[in-house]
Amino acid sequence: MELVLDFPKVKTIVESYSEKVDSLIDSYADKKEQLISLLQDIQAEFSYLPRDVLIKTSQKLDIPLSQVFGVATFFRTFSLKPRGRHLLTVCLGTACHVRGGHRLVDKVERDYAVKPGETTEDMKFTLETVNCLGCCALGPVAVVDGKYESQMSPDKLDRVLRRYK
Amino acid sequence: MVELLQKRVSSPSELENLRQSILQRRDPNKPCIAVCAGTGCRASGAEAVVDAFVDEIERRELQINVELKETGCPGFCEQGPLLVIRPKRIFYRHVKPDDVPEIISKTVLKGNIIERLLYVDPATNEKVVYEPDVPFYKKQTQNILSVNREVEPTEIDDYIAIGGYSALSKVLFHMSPEDIIEEIKRSGLRGRGGGGFPTGRKWQSCRDARGDTKYVICNADEGDPGAFQDRAILEGNPHSVLEGMIIGAYAIGSHKGYIYVRNEYPLAVRHARIAIEQAMHYGLLGEDILGSGFDFTVTMTRGGGAFVCGESSALMASLEGKIGEPRAKYVHMSDKGLWDSPSLLNNVKTWANVPLIINKGAEWYSRIGTAGSKGTMIFSLVGKINNTGLVEVPMGIILREMIYDIGGGIPGGKKFKAVQTGGPSGGCIPEQYLDTPVDFDELNKLGSMMGSGGMIVMDEDTCMVDIAKYFIDFLKGESCGKCVPCREGLTRMSEVLSNITQGKGKREDLDILEDLAEILRGGSLCALGSTAANPVLTTLRYFRDEYIAHIDEKRCPAGVCRELIQYSIDPEKCEGCLRCLRACPTGAISGEKRKVHALNQGMCIKCGACYDVCKFNAVIKR
Repeated sequence: MELVLDFPKVKTIVESYSEKVDSLIDSYADKKEQLISLLQDIQAEFSYLPRDVLIKTSQKLDIPLSQVFGVATFFRTFSLKPRGRHLLTVCLGTACHVRGGHRLVDKVERDYAVKPGETTEDMKFTLETVNCLGCCALGPVAVVDGKYESQMSPDKLDRVLRRYK
Repeated sequence: MVELLQKRVSSPSELENLRQSILQRRDPNKPCIAVCAGTGCRASGAEAVVDAFVDEIERRELQINVELKETGCPGFCEQGPLLVIRPKRIFYRHVKPDDVPEIISKTVLKGNIIERLLYVDPATNEKVVYEPDVPFYKKQTQNILSVNREVEPTEIDDYIAIGGYSALSKVLFHMSPEDIIEEIKRSGLRGRGGGGFPTGRKWQSCRDARGDTKYVICNADEGDPGAFQDRAILEGNPHSVLEGMIIGAYAIGSHKGYIYVRNEYPLAVRHARIAIEQAMHYGLLGEDILGSGFDFTVTMTRGGGAFVCGESSALMASLEGKIGEPRAKYVHMSDKGLWDSPSLLNNVKTWANVPLIINKGAEWYSRIGTAGSKGTMIFSLVGKINNTGLVEVPMGIILREMIYDIGGGIPGGKKFKAVQTGGPSGGCIPEQYLDTPVDFDELNKLGSMMGSGGMIVMDEDTCMVDIAKYFIDFLKGESCGKCVPCREGLTRMSEVLSNITQGKGKREDLDILEDLAEILRGGSLCALGSTAANPVLTTLRYFRDEYIAHIDEKRCPAGVCRELIQYSIDPEKCEGCLRCLRACPTGAISGEKRKVHALNQGMCIKCGACYDVCKFNAVIKR
């Protein structure tokens, strides 16, 4: 049966990883209810949820593909598209908002021609926003590859981003 | 994480013996450097400071003489990285790795104070040497947060040393489940996650519910933007939450528990996992806890970044591996929750209060707070405020004390405008109500709510229409889409608010907003939808004039709404330094060195870059 899903059909690294993917999915065989955790593990591996792996998950764990797909698209954490080499997350929690967090997003949108959720053409950055990281005292906050950058201004963020290749 | 010395504790006396042996091994007078390693201080560079201490201690071969601890967050994030040198509790802030050798040689070894690292009280300009004297802490009552600074979260021995798990031991051997529930009821504890439901009654109905399998859940899906106290507790003192959960499980007869934590809190996930492992290792969790015959296990689950999953039925759906959609709750979760079994769900802060109540008694607990709201509450005081951080105070504290005495007022001499409480479901409280005591009922009266304890301070530069739009947009994005009034109503409200902020609003729009608010309240299954209009309703109630200014005069009084402001250059003040010209992303500014610059309005995208870089206040925003 041909599954028509709105996934980008890129040649993924999935095939070479197939053993790893198999054992990852198998390790959830007796805890199917932890689907979200499994998808998080898969995403940690590939930086996104490749189409083939989602189908495999559904088949191996006998969970309807609609449910796998539903969970994968409902939660913000998950991305169905390949992501860039660096993940830039700008916090738009209330505290960061009142201190101008949205201006950081504006700046990145202008300079790199990406919108939140998108990846730059050269696959360098993926821009995402988050609704509070809980370091409100240090806002506006941006996170690059897990590193917290505090009290950012559009200018400072620009200097931070230039450090990444 | 150190290797645990003992294998398993299988009776209350063995737990006491373990505690005594831990205490005997420790010298309370030995110098101890306690670095705050919570997420806030880490973001300010605490890890590099810890590394520098490790190196320096090794270099000087001081491992035996000096102890180094990475503690949880005591609350004063603004001043991070924070450092306390025990036993005298000398307090240093904004510590950098370069300061470390000097701290060791001068303060730790000789007891001398390094002046430049001391906190300066902005009110009096006086330097404060010892942590307990810091005004920010002095006016608080830290019953829960205080433990964060005593223990290293990844060391169960630290928690046991300060009396940890004694409440568990007490309930398992000296109290019946009914006694526990009675004690919690008498304490007056109300749910700290937002609803404020009496905790004891919740426990009672879950105990009374029919079913062989029951579940205990800790809600750590702290999604309220601007609130991070649950994170701080789970990161800084995960064992207190576990202990509370085990007590709750014993009280209702449950053997399986879950901690549902936000994936955006990696450190909390890690520390809670380690805490579970260590408690299992000691026999404080798992089978036959402390030799009592009672079994209870806890599983960690990470959320997927959906705000609605903070709602109990949505959280449980997500625990079952489904989409996090709430359901109608005419059947309570305490009767039919996770996998249709009776389930007891409480917030992190609620669980952390439980061991305290068991140890110190309901009488002690209920003496703190107001008639209807007992105990302390942890607030995250953020936004336009000097002392940003976590604040633990008795229920009933006056808002003004909170903002001016503890929070140190508004930075930059700006004027206070409003404080937003209760997260996206809460409301904005204006200056005329600053003398209101903060508890569940008083905040409800003002159209706001306690929520999870977020408190975001706004000054004259904050536009209240923009804030209302911010929350509505947030909720629009987070609405699960199940109920039409919430899904469509929020979309419509967002459109109306966008129009107003862009100067396209009409007077009738305000009626539309109020109508939609009414529909949302009545027609949504869960609290996300039914309270979603609160930020709009409270801003309409207290700041209607700002809406009117946007609509009638096409003016944003706070100078925030981009379509309604204009930047220009004041020729009197411009020094011709070229700074704004270089900063402008669109080339809208022209001029030469030492000549007055000009701004082309047609090319200006109003990003504010020129305003930020000007050193002479020559860029005017209006």
